[in-house]
Amino acid sequence: MPTVHHHEYDVVIVGAGGAGMRAAIESAPKAKTAVITKLYPTRSHTGAAQGGMAAALANVEEDSWEWHTFDTVKGGDYLVDQDAAEILAKEAIDAVLDLENMGLPFNRTPEGTIDQRRFGGHTRDHGKAPVRRACYAADRTGHMILQTLFQNCVKLGVEFHNEFYVLDLVLSEDKGTKRATGVVAYELATGDIHVFNATSVVFATGGFGKMFKTTSNAHTLTGDGVGIIWRKGIPLEDMEFFQFHPTGLAGLGILLTEGARGEGAILRNASGERFMERYAPTIKDLAPRDIVSRCMVQEVAEGRGAGPHKDYVLLDCTHLGAEVLETKLPDITEFARTYLGVDPVVEPVPVMPTAHYAMGGIPTNTDAQVLADNTTVIPGLYAAGECACVSVHGSNRLGTNSLLDINVFGKRAGRNAAEYAKKNKRPALAKNAESFVLDLVETMRTADGTESVAAIRKELQAEMDRNAQVFRTEESLKHAEDVIINLRKRYAKIGIHDRGQRFNTDLLEAIELGFLLDLAQVVVVSARNRKESRGGHMRDDFPDRNDKKYMQHTMAYKKGEKIDLGWKPVVITNYQPMERKY
Amino acid sequence: MSELGVVQSFTVTFIVRRFNPETDTEPYWQDFDVEMFSTDRVLDGLHKIKWDQDGSLSFRRSCAHGICGSDAMRINGRNRLACKTLIKDLDISKPVYVEAIKGLPLEKDLIVDMEPFFAAYREVQPFLQSTSKPKKEHHQTIEQRERFDDTTKCILCAACTTSCPVFWTDGQYFGPAAIVSAHRFIFDSRDEASQVRLDILNSKEGVWRCRTTFNCTEACPRGIEVTKAIAEVKQAAISGVRR
Repeated sequence: MPTVHHHEYDVVIVGAGGAGMRAAIESAPKAKTAVITKLYPTRSHTGAAQGGMAAALANVEEDSWEWHTFDTVKGGDYLVDQDAAEILAKEAIDAVLDLENMGLPFNRTPEGTIDQRRFGGHTRDHGKAPVRRACYAADRTGHMILQTLFQNCVKLGVEFHNEFYVLDLVLSEDKGTKRATGVVAYELATGDIHVFNATSVVFATGGFGKMFKTTSNAHTLTGDGVGIIWRKGIPLEDMEFFQFHPTGLAGLGILLTEGARGEGAILRNASGERFMERYAPTIKDLAPRDIVSRCMVQEVAEGRGAGPHKDYVLLDCTHLGAEVLETKLPDITEFARTYLGVDPVVEPVPVMPTAHYAMGGIPTNTDAQVLADNTTVIPGLYAAGECACVSVHGSNRLGTNSLLDINVFGKRAGRNAAEYAKKNKRPALAKNAESFVLDLVETMRTADGTESVAAIRKELQAEMDRNAQVFRTEESLKHAEDVIINLRKRYAKIGIHDRGQRFNTDLLEAIELGFLLDLAQVVVVSARNRKESRGGHMRDDFPDRNDKKYMQHTMAYKKGEKIDLGWKPVVITNYQPMERKY
Repeated sequence: MSELGVVQSFTVTFIVRRFNPETDTEPYWQDFDVEMFSTDRVLDGLHKIKWDQDGSLSFRRSCAHGICGSDAMRINGRNRLACKTLIKDLDISKPVYVEAIKGLPLEKDLIVDMEPFFAAYREVQPFLQSTSKPKKEHHQTIEQRERFDDTTKCILCAACTTSCPVFWTDGQYFGPAAIVSAHRFIFDSRDEASQVRLDILNSKEGVWRCRTTFNCTEACPRGIEVTKAIAEVKQAAISGVRR
């Protein structure tokens, strides 16, 4: 049997991407803090974000946080909680300045201030024209944020447990009231089990894009944290809303930043037409991502796709010139050259939508506290970043608002977790807290069934691309649900090759697949239930938004093997829903 | 672009250096034949082995497009990222040799212990040190920002450090990546601790161990001119920082 180790902390943070490390920077100076992470911190997928981080600094033109709030609400097709969006837009300014003061090398204006660029859906004065709101560092803004936060964690001596895979959240229950008491992790290097008893637990575990075949997400983005929360009977919010980023490299899904269009790149169909002019006459190629992705798929479906199979559209950067591409968009220029053999300086790049971002996730309030239902806080439990649903993104996130989200709500989570830990005694951990994880790992490690993890994962991803992607119908979603249910049955009969204790990545992938299957089912069931089209959720059979019935958040609850669905009201402060036109 | 239309696969032989610490006393080479497309990456080949032939093959990877720095390995004797090395860029009339990066303790198959690498990184104080408390952002001109642009691209993959012959023979040497991280701050106009870092790197295991073999520059998957950065740090150690 593996060795079991015990640790005690005030605060444990699960995940070392942007949200987790931003939380650690707040928490570590005030409370004994550990960051537990499946990957080395600098491997986290925050580092793959490219284009920028929104904040109404007004460094290059007039702007205001109120305009930013409006754009966020409208961009999310009015499913955004407006109190949260206001916090996001207001605190954005300090969030960017914090990062700069920590050392982040933003691109500069000729005056020496932080430069800003245009991005989809960000406008001046409530939709009049695109505004330059995205603060950026070339097209590696996420990389610079991840590095800067890691550097500051090094500076503060933050304690990391690298390549520790958290597999369980330990809750206590007193008269029906849940409370966080710690987590249990599996150490990849040794196979040992680590029990962390903590007063506060912060989940910052990222997304789950790997349930799709075509995705910008890393192999490791398998929804582990969200899956743990789900298995604990805590609800998940708005899981049907998944963002498909318009410009993934065709056939590969590798992200090409929207910042390219922010700098002036244009989407064209096979005949060279700038088709976005037809769909969004005011802001054209800078319409929000859900709209652009739908238009692209529609162009291809109607036979106007480019290439030998007419199955993609083209991102034309050729008029930007080598100088702009090499200095402001160097990474995506290299991606196109390396992976498609296409030089964006002289020829347009084949692109199609790629699964990119989960708008839904673990429900939290604006203090990053996790909710057990529409209103009840789970003491000591926090979530921030992509794994969480505050909800600042509603049914469609605007570009540059995720790097912002991790900083604003990562900071809030860290600060509040530390304060809570200082005010409260460390709760007792249940006896044998490790037994669930010991069983799970041992069952997996010795699994000798006939089904293959890789084959099941591949079928799941293909099915999600085919039937739960940009356009959905009752029929397609029902098909996907049936396939997932069948795959889950097969998952119970998997076999594992590697029987070892050390760096057993075979075992790791098997456990990850379990989370993906659970969450895919929640996505599809939530999507079937929302018989309207809103933001990233487009139903061919219900093409209109239906505010009367669906102007509310989905809340999915695990009831045994069943999924119960409920609703949660949207917080509206200043902006009544309007038709969403650009 | 014509490749997208053509679907033609062929067999590539991978010869992978295996080591399982629980059963092996010495590493050994193992052959795998894999069906590949010319646009596939070496990482795709490793995945095909792991997913279809031998689930125990162990390696790190995450983003799969050259940004996270997880999958640095020795491919045909050169340090590269498996996710950035395309089959069409290799001579596949011969087998493709894949092994762990050198100079760090081998853990299992293609996985090494990265801790000594990050320890060297931490030692150069890789964080901004500034006593000024600007109301908003520090001011920095476009030229000042450009001065250290190249070294901000580092993804800490260790391809440079583990390609360095000095590092192979002397594990105490800071290595190119740590010097690159120091360079990023030494030449940042906002930073006030350049001299501290230069003193650290002016030591016995510091920049003077560099023998300018350029292995690091050739190995860098981000195209950073690593040897040039080291030379600039050497220069600054002698005659002070010119930003």
